[in-house]
Amino acid sequence: MAKINLNINGTTREVDVDPNTPLLWVLRDHLNLFGTKYGCGIAQCGSCTVHLDGVAVRACMVTTAMVGNQEVTTIEGLSENGDHPVQKAWLELDVPQCGYCQTGQIMSAVALLEKNPEPSDAEIEMAMNGNICRCGTYVRIKKAIKLAANS
Amino acid sequence: MTLIKTQIGRRAFIKNTSLASGGLVLGFSIFNSCRPKDMETMAIREMPKEWFEINAYLKIGDNGLVTIMSPNPEFGQGVITSMPMIVADELDVAWKDVLVEQANLDAEEYGWQFTGGSQGIRRRWQGLRMAGATAKQMLKEAAAESWQVPVSEISASEGVLSHKGSGNSAGYGEMASLAAQREVPEEVPLKEIKDFTIIGTSKKDVEALKVVTGKPLFGVDYQFEGALVAMAKHPPAFGLKLKSFDDSRVRNMPGIVDVFKIKTLEDDATRGYFDTTAFTELVVIVGKTTWEVMNAKKQLSVDWEPIADSKLTLDRFGTQMEVEVPKGLENTNDHYAQMIKMAAEPGTVARKDGDPAAAFKNAARVIERSYSCPFLAHNCMEPMNFFAHVTDEVVKLAGPLQAPALAEATVAARLGVPVEKIEVELTRMGGGFGRRAYGHYAVEAALISKQVKAPVKLVYDREDDMTFGIYRPSYHATYRAALDENNNLIAFHVKAGGVPETPLFANRFPAGAVDNYLAEQWEINSNITIGAFRAPRSNFMAGVEQAFLDEVAEAAGKDPIEFRLELLNRAKEKPVGERNDYDPERYAGVLKLVRDKSNWNESAPGSYRGVSAYLCHNSYAAHVLDVVLEGDTPKVEKVVCAIDCGIVVNPDAAANMAEGAIVDGIGNAMYGNLSFKDGRPEQSNFDRYRIIRHSEAPKEIKVHFVNNEIDPTGLGEPPFPPVMGALANALYKATGRRVYHQPFISDRPPLVG
Repeated sequence: MAKINLNINGTTREVDVDPNTPLLWVLRDHLNLFGTKYGCGIAQCGSCTVHLDGVAVRACMVTTAMVGNQEVTTIEGLSENGDHPVQKAWLELDVPQCGYCQTGQIMSAVALLEKNPEPSDAEIEMAMNGNICRCGTYVRIKKAIKLAANS
Repeated sequence: MTLIKTQIGRRAFIKNTSLASGGLVLGFSIFNSCRPKDMETMAIREMPKEWFEINAYLKIGDNGLVTIMSPNPEFGQGVITSMPMIVADELDVAWKDVLVEQANLDAEEYGWQFTGGSQGIRRRWQGLRMAGATAKQMLKEAAAESWQVPVSEISASEGVLSHKGSGNSAGYGEMASLAAQREVPEEVPLKEIKDFTIIGTSKKDVEALKVVTGKPLFGVDYQFEGALVAMAKHPPAFGLKLKSFDDSRVRNMPGIVDVFKIKTLEDDATRGYFDTTAFTELVVIVGKTTWEVMNAKKQLSVDWEPIADSKLTLDRFGTQMEVEVPKGLENTNDHYAQMIKMAAEPGTVARKDGDPAAAFKNAARVIERSYSCPFLAHNCMEPMNFFAHVTDEVVKLAGPLQAPALAEATVAARLGVPVEKIEVELTRMGGGFGRRAYGHYAVEAALISKQVKAPVKLVYDREDDMTFGIYRPSYHATYRAALDENNNLIAFHVKAGGVPETPLFANRFPAGAVDNYLAEQWEINSNITIGAFRAPRSNFMAGVEQAFLDEVAEAAGKDPIEFRLELLNRAKEKPVGERNDYDPERYAGVLKLVRDKSNWNESAPGSYRGVSAYLCHNSYAAHVLDVVLEGDTPKVEKVVCAIDCGIVVNPDAAANMAEGAIVDGIGNAMYGNLSFKDGRPEQSNFDRYRIIRHSEAPKEIKVHFVNNEIDPTGLGEPPFPPVMGALANALYKATGRRVYHQPFISDRPPLVG
C-alpha cells in the first residue's frame, strides 16, 4: 500500500492503495466516481475510457503508479451539468439504450474531437472502434459525434 | 369514449413528506422533455411541499408536479420513459410536469414486474391507461364537488381542471388533496386514440442525463455503507464440479476478509424455470475492494471433478418435469456431428398438412438446404452482479433483474425466510437480452451476505460472466421445398433441432400457405445451460427460413418480395389448417411498406440487397438490407426496416431500439460464436468473443412503423431475428455465394488446391 496523490478532474485526491491497482478500481472503489465502467478488464471494450492529459486511455490498463502527475479526466469532470457539447449531442439524439457503455463512448468521442474537430466517417470509426456498445447504438453515436463537431 | 372497469386498489390517504422539505431541488422534470440547450434557460423548479398519492402509479404534488412510477425493470428498452408517458397521457398532465421514479419490487401494487418477451408495453397498456384515467376522474370529481357543478361538465387539459359555465379553474395540485380522499370510481372513460397528446410523440429518455453524466444507476454502482465485495469461482468447464479448494495462499492477502464455499441450490430442490445454473457449488472470496478480491481469485487453488449423470426436478410454471443432466465434457465439433446425424433421421412430427411425401415425390424440382448456428453468450456490457444484506430482520436485495419476483422467491426458499421479509430494489440494467431473467447471482449474493454477516456486493468479472452458462443454444435446421413444373410451391418441409432444445415453431409462416406441409423436430441433451436470448428460437428460425425462402423464390424465378406476398395472399384467401399463428395481412403490410420505403427495385449502384420479414412476439418486422463490397469484404451499408407493432408510444425511442436490434442481428450473425472444447468455453472475453463494432455497423438505418390503431405489441425482439435472413440474402447477391452457417465470417468455401 502507498499513499498516492492523483490529479482527478482538477482536484488533488490522495488514495492509499497498492500502486499496481488499476486506475479504474481507484476511481470506482476509492473515490466513488462510478461513471467509469468495468466491462472486460483487458482494454477490449472501452467502457472504462478516461483521459490522461487529454488522451483517451483504458483505465483498466493504467496502474495508479503510472498516472504520476498526469491530469485524469473522468466523465464526472467533463462538465458540471452534462452540458459539454458532446453530452448535449448525445441528449439531443437520445443516443443511449441501456447506457452502460455510453460514458466510455463519450470520453472517446471527446478525445477524438479535441484532436480532430471535423472527423470523417472513417476517422470516427477508427477512433471509436475500441468502444463496444452491446445495444448497438453505433449509428446514433456517429450522428452525435458529427452533431457535436458542428456545434 | 371507452369506459373501462377500474381494477386499481384504493390507496390510503398518504402524505409523503420525504420530499417535502420545501427547499429548492433541481426539478429533474425539465430534463424529461427539453432539449439540452433549453436547460440553461429553465429555472430551477420548486418541489412540492406535499405529495398526494392517488394510486400506486402516481402522486400529485401541491404545485401540480406529478410523480409517475415505472413498474417494470429498465434495461435499455426505454419503458422508464414510455410507461409513464401512457399514464401521463390519460391523466392529461403536461409531460414537463412529470417526474419519473423506478418502482421497486411490489407485486401487490404492480403485478408482474418483468422485462422480457417484448411484453412490457403490451401487458401494461390497459393498466397504465387506467391508472392515469382513474386519477383524472378523481380530480374531476373533486373539482365538481368543490364548485358544485356536474362532473361531466369538467374538462381537464395539461394539468388544469376547468368548468366553462362557472369560469372556475384549478391546477391538479390544488385538487390533489381532495382527489386523494375520494373513492376510486367503478369505471372510468379512456381516451380515443385520436385524442392522445403524449402517446405517439417522441420524448427523451428520462434517465439520459444521468447516463451521459455517469451517475451511479446500475447494480454494479450500488452503494451501501460498509459493503464488502465478493467474487465467486465456478468450474472452468461444463461437466465439472467443485472437489476441494486451498485458500492458504489467499487468506492473508491484502483486503481479504473470508474464503468459503456456498451451495446455491440443494440437489433435491425443485427448481423454477428461471433458476437455471450449472454450477451450484462455488468458492467465494470476500474482501474490501474489487481489485484485491480479483487478485485473490487468481491465486486461489481449486480442484474440480467430473459430474455424474443426474436428474433434477423442474417446475415449469406449475408443471413439474424431470430433467436429465448428462455427465461428460462436451465439444462443439461433436455437437455439429450429432446434429447432422439427427437431421438425417426422422424427427418428431409437430405439424403435417396434406400429403407432403407424395408432393415431394411428384415434384418437378426439390430444393434442400441445411443451416446451423453456434451457442451465443449474452455479454451484457454490465457483467452480472448483485447486492445483498441479509439480517435476521430483513433481507435487502438490490441489483439488475429482469424477473425480480422469481429471484425473490428463490432467495426466500433458499434462505428459508418468507418473501415478506425480502425487499428488492430494481437498478437500471446494463443490458439484459434475456440473461438477467436468470437470477442465480441474487441467490449467490444472499448466501454470501448471510455467511459473512455483512452487506455484500457480488461482482462477476467478464470471464465469469461469459463462462457461467445460460447461453443461446446451438441449432440446426433442414428445409425442403417442392416446386411443380409451373414453379408453384407445392410442399414445404422443415426439420429443426438443437443442443439442447428444438427451435421449431410449427405454425408460423409458411405453414398455412402451402397445401403439403411437414414440421419435425429433435433435441440432443447437454449439460451446457441455456436460456432466453433476445427472441429465443426465433433468433435462428427467422434468419434461416427467410434465407431459404429467398433461394426458393430464386429457383422459381420470382422476385423475393412478390413470392412471399403470393404465399401470404394464399394464407389469407384460402389458409391451410387452422392453427396458423400469424395475420397474413399484417405480415404482407410490413413487406409492402419496406418495399416502398426502400425503393426495392432501384438499389443504388454497387450495393446488393436482401429482404426478409418475420413475425414474433406479436409484431411484424421486415428489412431491406444493402451490402457493399469494400475490396473483397462485404459491409452492410444501409438497412430499411418496417415494423407493425400496433400503436407506437415513443416513436424515436422505438426507432432507436429497432436500430439496435438490427446492429445486434448483423453482429451476431456475422461474428457471434461461443464454442466448447472439453466442456470449456473457448471464448471468455472480448479478445476472442467478437462483438460488432463501430466500423462494422451500417452507415444508415431507416425505421418505419405501420400506422394503425391496434393496441401495442412487442418491439424489443421482433426486429432482431429477421436481420440474419436479410443479411444472408444480401451477402449472396454481393458475393454470389450463399451462407448457411453462422457466424457468417467463418462460413467460407473450402480451400481448393
